[in-house]
Amino acid sequence: MNRSTPSTPTIPGCASPPAGTRDGAGSGLANGTGATNGELPVLKERGQREVFCGLTGIIWLHRKMQDAFFLIIGSRTCAHLMQSAAGVMIFAEPRFGTAIIEEKDLAGMADANEELDRVVTRLLDRRPEIRTLFLVGSCPSEVIKLDLARAAQRLDTEAGGEVRVLSYSGSGIETTFTQGEDTCLTSMVPHMPPHAGAEPSASRPGGTIGSTGTREAEPGTAPAPPTSLLVVGTIADVVEDQFQRIFGKLGVGPVHFFPPRRSAELPPIGPGTRMLMAQPWVNDTMAALAQRGCERIDAPFPFGVEGTTEWLVAAAAEWGVGRERVLEVTAAARERGRRAVARHRATLEDRSIFFFPDSQIEIPLARFLGRELGMRLLEVGTPFLHRGHMARELALLPGTPRLSEGQHVDRQLDRCRADQPDLVVCGLGLANPLEAEGLSTKWAIELVFTPIHGYEQAGDLAELFARPLVRRELLEV
Amino acid sequence: MELTIWTYEGPPHVGAMRIATAMKGVHYVLHAPQGDTYADLLFTMIERRDHRPPVTYTTFQAQDLGGDTAELLKTAVREAHERFKPDVMLVGASCTAELIQDNPGGLAESLGLPIPVVPLELPAYQRKENWGASETFYQLVRALAAPHAPPPAEPRPERPAGQAPSCNLLGPTALGFRHRDDTAEIRRLLEAVGVEVRVVAPLGATAHELARLGEADFNVVLYPEVAHAAASWLKRTFKQPMVTTVPIGVGATRDFLREVAGVAGLEADSLVERMHTQLPWYSRSVDSNYLTGKRVFIFGDATHAVAAARVARDEMGFEVVGLGAYNREFAREVRAAAKEYGVEPLITDDYLEVEEAIREAAPELILGTQMERHIAKRLGIFCQVISAPVHVQDFPARYSPLMGPEGANVLFDSWVHPLMMGLEEHLLGMFQEDFEFGNDTLPSHLRAEVPNDPATANGGSPAGSAPAITAAEPGASADSAVPESDPAAEPDGDIDPEWNAEAEKELGKIPFFVRGKARRNTERFAREQGVVEISVDTLYEAKAHFGGR
Repeated sequence: MNRSTPSTPTIPGCASPPAGTRDGAGSGLANGTGATNGELPVLKERGQREVFCGLTGIIWLHRKMQDAFFLIIGSRTCAHLMQSAAGVMIFAEPRFGTAIIEEKDLAGMADANEELDRVVTRLLDRRPEIRTLFLVGSCPSEVIKLDLARAAQRLDTEAGGEVRVLSYSGSGIETTFTQGEDTCLTSMVPHMPPHAGAEPSASRPGGTIGSTGTREAEPGTAPAPPTSLLVVGTIADVVEDQFQRIFGKLGVGPVHFFPPRRSAELPPIGPGTRMLMAQPWVNDTMAALAQRGCERIDAPFPFGVEGTTEWLVAAAAEWGVGRERVLEVTAAARERGRRAVARHRATLEDRSIFFFPDSQIEIPLARFLGRELGMRLLEVGTPFLHRGHMARELALLPGTPRLSEGQHVDRQLDRCRADQPDLVVCGLGLANPLEAEGLSTKWAIELVFTPIHGYEQAGDLAELFARPLVRRELLEV
Repeated sequence: MELTIWTYEGPPHVGAMRIATAMKGVHYVLHAPQGDTYADLLFTMIERRDHRPPVTYTTFQAQDLGGDTAELLKTAVREAHERFKPDVMLVGASCTAELIQDNPGGLAESLGLPIPVVPLELPAYQRKENWGASETFYQLVRALAAPHAPPPAEPRPERPAGQAPSCNLLGPTALGFRHRDDTAEIRRLLEAVGVEVRVVAPLGATAHELARLGEADFNVVLYPEVAHAAASWLKRTFKQPMVTTVPIGVGATRDFLREVAGVAGLEADSLVERMHTQLPWYSRSVDSNYLTGKRVFIFGDATHAVAAARVARDEMGFEVVGLGAYNREFAREVRAAAKEYGVEPLITDDYLEVEEAIREAAPELILGTQMERHIAKRLGIFCQVISAPVHVQDFPARYSPLMGPEGANVLFDSWVHPLMMGLEEHLLGMFQEDFEFGNDTLPSHLRAEVPNDPATANGGSPAGSAPAITAAEPGASADSAVPESDPAAEPDGDIDPEWNAEAEKELGKIPFFVRGKARRNTERFAREQGVVEISVDTLYEAKAHFGGR
């Protein structure tokens, strides 16, 4: 490995270096390095990013919330993206569409609102079951500064309570892939009802709680006793039910999941609400919830047996339930999970893996693969590194993988080819070309679309990584 | 603004990518925001290409907008040139970059690269994918071939005696519908009749080959959507004749050979005689009788739709009940053809409008695109895909052209397949209530192809498969999102006839593949006659009235 030594320490969370630095050095490794907690250096890169934009989050959000419709205000490119990225998978009419901006909209901005009204009316007529309509901003709508927040407010008032109209940005200039879920959820937070006994929303000034919502942000202040648990980030319905049962046995609750299955039934929140991240990309949502008085429980992510246990232990502690009790309640599930994971150990142990940045899920998965399956981590790329939310994961990461944030895809491909990993986790644009070069690949997008959380899915998660290797062994052609 | 659920064409820069990706030694720098890189997967996943498309995206983000996005572009162009060392570079903008007006072409030219740089102006808010492909191919051909153009007044020199006539095949692209196999088939056909194929472009062509396009005796325009503009320029500039008949189907392939013979100075009849294909005999063999008058609705890009209509009527004996295309640039050709088939031309890229027209026409078979496959699924009608937009299934591993003699065989097999029931069709008609026929059971060879309804996909029971089939009846359409056929649109729309129980039961005895039509005809008949309650008699009166059509 040719990792550079950390040079100028970067302040955690600081912005990426300006664009001008990207072409200065011939080597991608000189692009900018920082350090996480004085340990692993982080290679920060700028350049071509081979990633989806936030619009693609709609692909799972529109199935998760069955009474919601997502209307992208964008270009033909947006519509084509959704169709190409999602179309091949869709077997029913999708609950999303695109209002395509045309030349006449660009020429005369005055009638943009009328145009939007017309499109929304047509849409709501076709889909009377819609309870929440999201106006989703795109690159073009943001560049021409279409005020969708205002339009949403107006349409919401006009709908007279029948349909809630919200807006968020899924644009590529603002969001990377899963960040589209983050901006979507953030737009819903102000509409979540205060829980019984809680003061009206925004009762706690933002200053008293850190932007991450963790208790460390306000030392010395006694936290409100826990009144409810909010699990944040889309997970499969079946996994929600599994977690719900475990929390029930632990006496942790009431538990709500966000986003909910029905957008019209938003969970109540307020001081006393403890938040547990189920997905690593809900960073802004966590900050918005913290503004409403919710407090984040610091935990690793529930991937693999270990991650799931630590996630549950952290939550249980808030309710005064100790580790032993968690281990007792989860003993059978942990054992099942371990057995299921162990089946893939022979395939994956000591094999090397290289992650291209995709969804922000890379670090937790690398931790799982490194610790529970004995894989060797070469490079772990992430589109965005939230050091606060990722601290527990980084601390658990085995070995000394190269951590990279952002992307310069050509240089990253150079590194990948130099590394010759046994398995590459990458996007759909890179997978077949790398396979053709003789590398085994795992589509990153599958990791976002498959139930992989918790004990019962730990084996499935391991299998997703084992399958490409097993298949390569299997084929005689 | 236009509300879109599905789109038939991508943005114009995707058309440009289809040209760049098809060629060798071409690199395309696209000024575009993060996320537009999704287009790579069209090629790597849908077409299963084993290389990344030769495209560098600037992938600017919001924080760059306040700064210098122009500098980003210049850096990307410089780096792409150093890394990929292309022979020619295309530079352009996607929809978002068009709005920030950085003038990518001008910026790239200012770098003084030692290779030709072709700036692309593809207005994303007015134009679409096919136009983008055509414009890109035209600009490339012009930029590379123009330096070799003869003086305008100079006549084209005669082909030396003893030299075989030669041509270029123009139009096949990456991500093209069966372009790979069409090209192989037509090359084989031309070579068999003694015509040399010099350059195939853009698919597989180098910049050097584009520069030499003018050397061939004539150009064959396989896909007018892509190559008509470039071939017209070559005709003007190099005085190369163009062959414009698209050789899809037996008749069209014969016409194509006659046209080739004309420009190549060959004897036409012997060329045509040498062509062998199974379609004419298969279509004349008695088992094909049942194909007669099958109602077919055709929609796709103009070239494929018009070609399919001719094959459907003249070579399969179908009745064309609808004909349309989504690319307005070629609306004239579709209108002319529609007139010949006596149908209203449907020129639209609104998928909902196409669905409405298909529902109205109640065909037995749809020849369409992946979008019509969705419509067909909902309406319970069979569909074969004949045109882009494409799906991974449209890139079969086997040799499967649409053009030329083998293409005609492929058309026969694939179109007849969903209809193939021969004598069984009669048995089904006579013994509808055989428990194994089950009123609503699909033929066994089709089970996998109509996975419309979850119940059909996982169930074997006739009851389980019922929804997929009865969906053909307007009243039974499961999707609330689709507007029901509007009785007010009918002549005497004030009466809405009701089926009585006995008639409804009798309707159920009619084979599923004509049931939708029977229901529609009976209701129309009832309305015309002012019948409020449809009885068994009304059903049969309607049948007599419409003569089974």
